[in-house]
Amino acid sequence: MRTVPFDDVVQTVRAMCGKAACLLPPDVLEALKKGSLTESSALGKAFFQQYLENASIAENENMPLCQDTGFAVYFVEMGTGVKLDSGTIEEALNEGTRLGYKDFYLRKSIVADPLFDRKNTTTNTPCILHLQSVPGDKIKITLAPKGGGSENMSALKMLKPSEGRDGVVKFVVDSVVNAGGNPCPPTVIGVGIGGTMEHAAYLAKKALLRPVGTPSTDPRYAELEAEILEKVNASGVGPQGLGGNVTSLSCHIEFFPCHLASLPVAVNLNCHAARHAEVEI
Amino acid sequence: MSEVKNLTAPLSEADVRDLHAGDIIILSGTIYTGRDAAHKRLCSLLDENRELPVDLDGQMIYFVGPCPAPPGRVIGSAGPTTSGRMDAYSPRLIKECRLRGMIGKGDRNQAVKDAMREYGAVYFAATGGAGALIAKSIVNAEVVAFDDLGPEAIYRLEVKELPLVVAIDSHGKTLY
Ligand code: SF4
Repeated sequence: MRTVPFDDVVQTVRAMCGKAACLLPPDVLEALKKGSLTESSALGKAFFQQYLENASIAENENMPLCQDTGFAVYFVEMGTGVKLDSGTIEEALNEGTRLGYKDFYLRKSIVADPLFDRKNTTTNTPCILHLQSVPGDKIKITLAPKGGGSENMSALKMLKPSEGRDGVVKFVVDSVVNAGGNPCPPTVIGVGIGGTMEHAAYLAKKALLRPVGTPSTDPRYAELEAEILEKVNASGVGPQGLGGNVTSLSCHIEFFPCHLASLPVAVNLNCHAARHAEVEI
Repeated sequence: MSEVKNLTAPLSEADVRDLHAGDIIILSGTIYTGRDAAHKRLCSLLDENRELPVDLDGQMIYFVGPCPAPPGRVIGSAGPTTSGRMDAYSPRLIKECRLRGMIGKGDRNQAVKDAMREYGAVYFAATGGAGALIAKSIVNAEVVAFDDLGPEAIYRLEVKELPLVVAIDSHGKTLY
């Protein structure tokens, strides 16, 4: 059994928080460059130029790409052959998040109680953790900071199985179009199909981690992704919701077996500041 | 794209009536920040007939909760937040305080548009997700109210050449 010091995880996570906030991943940058050529409206093109300029300022001056540095959402694959010398992985992630958001001057956006006093925890913790146990002796941590503007435009529906493919397309396209300019389009569309209610939501979020523009490995789902993307971009919502033909950069679908009575579909959008960072310890 | 205009805030009603959805604006001057929690507090003060900590007459509110300023800078990343969440409060500020303009992202509801038309206010879209770029246009930032709200406090900002688009004008026209 390999043992990893608790503090190594904390320091790794701390650094990841800064990196994820300021550095637009290469796949997203590539998609934005492509989008700037595809976009036909003059105003839309101007927005794309601003996104690219924003990304270079953020990288060169260590400034967060967006002031909403998000909820810290972690996907962790924990090898069965590795353990921490003390504490839990969740404690290490929270401590790393607290330090990272403080040391890199990121915004603290978490309120302690959702309904009553809504007081800021001032540390940007607690984080959200999706933990998976996998073979091996490594810890793989993916951080996907998630802003409120795009998260608020999420949607979930338990379709009737008879609604089928068309029902899925309609629900996803409507959700993206209704979101208008709120999620800072061009967006990445994450879709989860199948499983249970909460699993569909998890899959939609996980779909956002796939490198932008990479189709599903299942050709039927890849075709569905292309169809949804085409319909969304024909809607005219455009960059910032102010008109254009690039409303979304990519559509990613993840799927899972489901109950014979169900067809859960969840939509989770990521803004053009589609941030993520990954490390293996 | 329509006209590009240079403007200096605060704006007069005549300035605002002269703006049309689609105009590109390069804004300099003084504006205030405010988002969810600050709006809620301003409206509770109005409910209690108490004086507001800032006089909004003829002023503009930018819906933003900036990142903390790193050493040597006046402000951190500072792009707009979703304006729809302020729809519950904006009509009151326009009617009762004569708020002249708002800056944010995303569409507004009918009540906001009606108040804008009646009292002469404008709604600008700033570029969502371009917080690092926008911060470059902010030359001074000072907390003027609700310090305890952290990123949601009200700041007075001096901006220089902030690029905006008139998304909804005071004549009821909208780009959304
Ligand atoms: S939707 Fe994304 S880019 Fe837009 S303000 Fe929120 S976090 Fe930033």
